[in-house]
Amino acid sequence: MRKGKFDYTGVFSSVFAIIIGLLVGLVILMICNPGQAFPGFVTILTGAFTHGAKGVGQVFYYSTTIILTGLSVGFAFKTGLFNIGASGQFIAGGFGAVYVGVMCENLGSMHWIVALVAGICMGAIWGAVPGLLKAFFNVNEVISAIMMNYIGMYAVNWFVKSYKPIFNNLRNESKPVLSSANIPKMGLDKIFPESSINGGFIIAVLAVILVYIVLEKTTFGYELKAVGYNRDASRYAGINEKKSIILSMVIAGAIAGLAGACLYLAGTGKHIEIVDVIADEGFTGISVALLGLCHPIGILFSGIFIAYLTAGGFYLQLFEFSTEIIDIIVAIIIYFSAFALIVRILIQKFSKKQEDKHGGGQTPPDVKETQKGGSKA
Amino acid sequence: MDYVIEMLNITKEFPGIIANDDITLRVRQGEIHALLGENGAGKSTLMSVLFGLYQPEKGVIKVKGKETAIKGPLDANALGIGMVHQHFKLVHNFTVLQNIVLGMETVKGGMIRMAEAREKVMALSEKYNLLVDPDALISDITVGMQQRVEILKMLYRDNDILIFDEPTAVLTPQEIDELMRIMKELVAEGKSILFITHKLNEIKAVADRCTVLRRGRYIGTIEVADTDKETMSEMMVGRKVNLTVEKSQARPQEVVLEVKDVCVKSMREGHTQNVVDHVSFQVRKGEIVCIAGIDGNGQTELVQAITGLGSMSQGSIFVNGEDMTHKSIRYKNTHGMSHIPEDRHKHGLVLEYNLAYNLVLQQYFEPAFSKRGFLKKDKMNEYADMLIEKYDIRSGQGKETITRSMSGGNQQKAIVAREVMKNPDILLAVQPTRGLDVGAIAYIHEQLVAQRDSGSAILLVSLELDEVMNLSDRILVIFEGAIVADLNPRETTVQELGLYMAGSRRKEAEKNA
Repeated sequence: MRKGKFDYTGVFSSVFAIIIGLLVGLVILMICNPGQAFPGFVTILTGAFTHGAKGVGQVFYYSTTIILTGLSVGFAFKTGLFNIGASGQFIAGGFGAVYVGVMCENLGSMHWIVALVAGICMGAIWGAVPGLLKAFFNVNEVISAIMMNYIGMYAVNWFVKSYKPIFNNLRNESKPVLSSANIPKMGLDKIFPESSINGGFIIAVLAVILVYIVLEKTTFGYELKAVGYNRDASRYAGINEKKSIILSMVIAGAIAGLAGACLYLAGTGKHIEIVDVIADEGFTGISVALLGLCHPIGILFSGIFIAYLTAGGFYLQLFEFSTEIIDIIVAIIIYFSAFALIVRILIQKFSKKQEDKHGGGQTPPDVKETQKGGSKA
Repeated sequence: MDYVIEMLNITKEFPGIIANDDITLRVRQGEIHALLGENGAGKSTLMSVLFGLYQPEKGVIKVKGKETAIKGPLDANALGIGMVHQHFKLVHNFTVLQNIVLGMETVKGGMIRMAEAREKVMALSEKYNLLVDPDALISDITVGMQQRVEILKMLYRDNDILIFDEPTAVLTPQEIDELMRIMKELVAEGKSILFITHKLNEIKAVADRCTVLRRGRYIGTIEVADTDKETMSEMMVGRKVNLTVEKSQARPQEVVLEVKDVCVKSMREGHTQNVVDHVSFQVRKGEIVCIAGIDGNGQTELVQAITGLGSMSQGSIFVNGEDMTHKSIRYKNTHGMSHIPEDRHKHGLVLEYNLAYNLVLQQYFEPAFSKRGFLKKDKMNEYADMLIEKYDIRSGQGKETITRSMSGGNQQKAIVAREVMKNPDILLAVQPTRGLDVGAIAYIHEQLVAQRDSGSAILLVSLELDEVMNLSDRILVIFEGAIVADLNPRETTVQELGLYMAGSRRKEAEKNA
């Protein structure tokens, strides 16, 4: 759609938000502990490299989950839905993966794939519920998805706790998955030795590419986006808009479920803990999607960026700062990326003026007139 | 001083656009002054400047000879300027009286004194012959009555410069005559009227002078009595426009669309009446059949029942003899039915999509534009370029333009192009020229006639009487959901049509039973 002339203002607005967010973060550091503020700030920016290749590998490992939850939210956004239920889909998917990972012993080298698919299916089911309610009863997907977050959290807690074969009652969490269920490293451990990175990152990148292709290149994506933009016009065009809404939520749920599967199958000692807290990966996903302007490729980069900050923030403790500061900075960045929309509009107006001044002679007068009519009507 | 309003050399710029370029408008005391121009000519901007909603970059406004700075609608009101908006600004669950005094209530000790207000309103209503029932709810009275309430609102505020913004768009012919009479009376009482419109007949009927704008520029001010309609339209559009549609005699052939005994139940709670009431008719190949009626008499529901966008409670639809009653919208789209929808923003376009995407809105999945589920963008772009060229669709960046940024006329052209290119057996055109200017209207009318002559059956739904009379080969009048007359436009007058539309005359449409 934007062939030849890429829209840089969007990218600029995100970069702008990041810069402002980091500066405000610096101010907060100065308020907390003026003496250590600058070293702390430098740590945020460079902390991820403290351990060289291992640190970079860690960043990619952290980013895997939030890229996927971000992709889930961003995909739904592109099709006109707000998937606030990524947390519930995430934990449901995680549970599906853990269940297969612990219980199915005889799957051999296929084990991790089956576990991943189980996670995807659970996430898809969790996403389908709000989709069905929206399509058939016009229930706002935000409300039903929030409900599904709670249902997901409590159902998984209850099931893990009450089902002995997968419950580790000493540590009040799920048992570790079998080693055959761990996602293979796919050679990444050679590039980033000692880090927790695994094939999950490659899977996330593949998911990003797949979503991009579906949205931009296929008739299916054309339908999904058309329904998202204008349900009535889609009906008029003969698109089955109910089906589109449901499928869109199913896919968003599946991606979030994949995120859960990737986290718990990473072989890094992550288990489903029995705590009454909604998984925050889903909400981080909203931030990632917003910062990435809901574009799949943008989400890939914003996911890596937020993971990078988080990794750096981890070292803030060396300067007696709490790691929560990094959450504050991320929150401010998101705030300003919303603010950046205003900046973006200003930029567009400005550049339009420039174009009119310089290239005014080239535009035929009647074309300009029609635009005028449109903007005023 | 002779002039009540003088807007001298007004220039108003928006980023990248000059909406008003050195415009001068002078309204004399006691005249009806028409402001004529196409959509986007700058009429609304000029009025917004007069009301203080925009501040002009250049130019002077004088009211009654005194130079004034108008900062907002309250200033305008204080100067005696009042306006009837195209879409009335009335509170629907308030009574007529409450609406009139709204914002100007007489208060004593914190209590509203309605009795005084009522007296004043009744006196005004008598003086100007504006009959209203002060205790009726706005939601219960007719559109014509609502307009009278709007006029009373201005009079209640002692405004003596009255602006009417496209006041006739929603009225029946009889109501229009009534409005013209009221306007003349107001002027006789010493008020001055500024009348915004793009209908030449009305200007001819009431206006004394007329100022013409085109593309943000001032074209001229003329004495209406000395100028003919052709000249005015030429001034407005900038070129000669054929006001009457040229078409040959229709040669109706076999039946394409057959609607049999269709009913649509009201969706509103508590209503048991049918919105569409046992409607049956046929449309033949090579004829334009027009459904005429006042807005809200079931036209929308009837068309949606035919296309499948809405539901129907009984009846059946045949296209070329095939029963399509229960077929999907997609099936109808791909089997000979085209539909120019009533609301181009709601149904006709995905405004966030670019023009090329919108031009294949119903065909993107066909082998011409897709292969194994992947869009063939190069083919879509080629097709878009071809249509843009053929149908003269103008936009900023051609096929890449996001349709939201296009003008209404060009959006409509895009829809017409898309629907006509499908070469349909039956084309449903619902208010295809709504809100368009004279040039675009003429163009779309030509396309419809051309489509008829190339062998399509056309069902036109229109609220514009000129369009109905000019374009159709047969007129079906719809009133309260039922077809009340089947008329031949050559043997019918506008007045007669108006009586049927208002429901004061019924004639069973036996011909089509």
